[in-house]
Amino acid sequence: MTADVRSLSWRLAVLGIVAVLVQIAAISQLKLFGANADITPLVVAAAGLLAGSLPGAAFGFAVGLFLDLALVQTVGMSSLIFLTIGYGAGRLRELRDPQGAVVPIVVGVAATVVAQLGFALMQFLLGHDVPMDIDLIWQIVLTVGINAVIAFPVYSLVRRWLLPALPEDPRRRRRRAYTTGGLSPLSRA
Amino acid sequence: MYDKSVRRRRVALALLVACSLLLLTAYFGESQGGGLHSVQRGVLQVVSPIQEGASRALKPVRDLFGWFGDTINAKGEVSGLKKQNAVLRRAAIAGTDAVRMNAELQKLVGLDQSAGLQGTKPVAARVIGGSPTIWNSTINIDVGTGDGVRVGQPAITGDGLVGEVTFAASDSAVVTLITDSSSAVPSRISRTGAPGIVQTGAGGPRDLRFNWPSGTGRIDRGMAVVTAGTTSSSDKYESLYPPGIPVGVVTGVDDAGTDTQQVHVDPYADMQRLEFVQVLTRRVNGNRG
Repeated sequence: MTADVRSLSWRLAVLGIVAVLVQIAAISQLKLFGANADITPLVVAAAGLLAGSLPGAAFGFAVGLFLDLALVQTVGMSSLIFLTIGYGAGRLRELRDPQGAVVPIVVGVAATVVAQLGFALMQFLLGHDVPMDIDLIWQIVLTVGINAVIAFPVYSLVRRWLLPALPEDPRRRRRRAYTTGGLSPLSRA
Repeated sequence: MYDKSVRRRRVALALLVACSLLLLTAYFGESQGGGLHSVQRGVLQVVSPIQEGASRALKPVRDLFGWFGDTINAKGEVSGLKKQNAVLRRAAIAGTDAVRMNAELQKLVGLDQSAGLQGTKPVAARVIGGSPTIWNSTINIDVGTGDGVRVGQPAITGDGLVGEVTFAASDSAVVTLITDSSSAVPSRISRTGAPGIVQTGAGGPRDLRFNWPSGTGRIDRGMAVVTAGTTSSSDKYESLYPPGIPVGVVTGVDDAGTDTQQVHVDPYADMQRLEFVQVLTRRVNGNRG
């Protein structure tokens, strides 16, 4: 295991533990119009977007597992959903490398929708009642809306935390080449 | 090289998916004392002190959010509360008479005044965490088996019934709220005594349903719903909840008087903002009235 991989692993581990604890101890109890933010899919999507599909999927699996264990939920359910989110976000980066400023927000919203619908689908498959009434749809819409608002700050925090352990970002490399011609000794990552 | 990395990625993904499915299957197949449940108990024990610390530290932030929410909701609630006030005033007048009669009846049959919920040995608990999804309405509390808390015991607040303990570690426990889709509370209409089951589906936290009401008397808006307690003489069918705990108030009846009537109930306890609850750790007389 290289030093880079080790550094990324422990940073992802700390990020996952902190994100889950903050979510269940604080954010779940902050209700706005009856709904609350859910930072876990945002953090997983951000990690996938920054670190790639494989670390994203592994991180999603671990975060889901920890969430299920800490909340005494059906073990494996959140893992399956979050590894899909982490892998999907990672593949998006690997295949398209999107660079717009709204990318973290769009990916965050998509991750939240996948998480909400994924939980509904899993509940249905596990034989629980899933009455799709107006209240439920309203709560899903509200959660997606709140997550859209906080998606960018969450992405920025995750990026700041993971940046020292990430391999050279092609985007930063291109930007540097563009602004300095890639020749200046003063250019920094 | 490219093929190798693609293959590695696919194998890793397949392994993770297989692990998830394996965990799901194993968790469903095992009993409460199984390996995964034991791991959950261990994780809960480790995590609950951290959760408690974080919960206390972040209380000012929660209060700030609560204040914003209250201010926004307050305007909409004023007209509703005025109507409710009128209904309650009438009920209070009737209630005064009922209390006097109740006291006389209790004296008459020699019941101990303190044999209400005091006899159920309530244990106070702080809420230290909650589920982030709308699919699971659960809260984590900071008392557990060490305090006498066991699976199946009811949890209440000063306002009314909150839920039932569904998982207990040594110093923490999980309460499944009555707003969870898996919850079912045997209840009755306080005024008429008509029995039924209070249930909900996911997504309707303020809209419980009083299902299968039977018995005489019509159900009207504003009527109180309380727990029914154990109605069967057999010990096999004991209710988890003592009788008479307030559950909620009837907010509307669809298709009243028909077989398909839907009775909507708004829970008394505010599930969105629970800070302290009490767990009733002792069952008195099999929860019979």
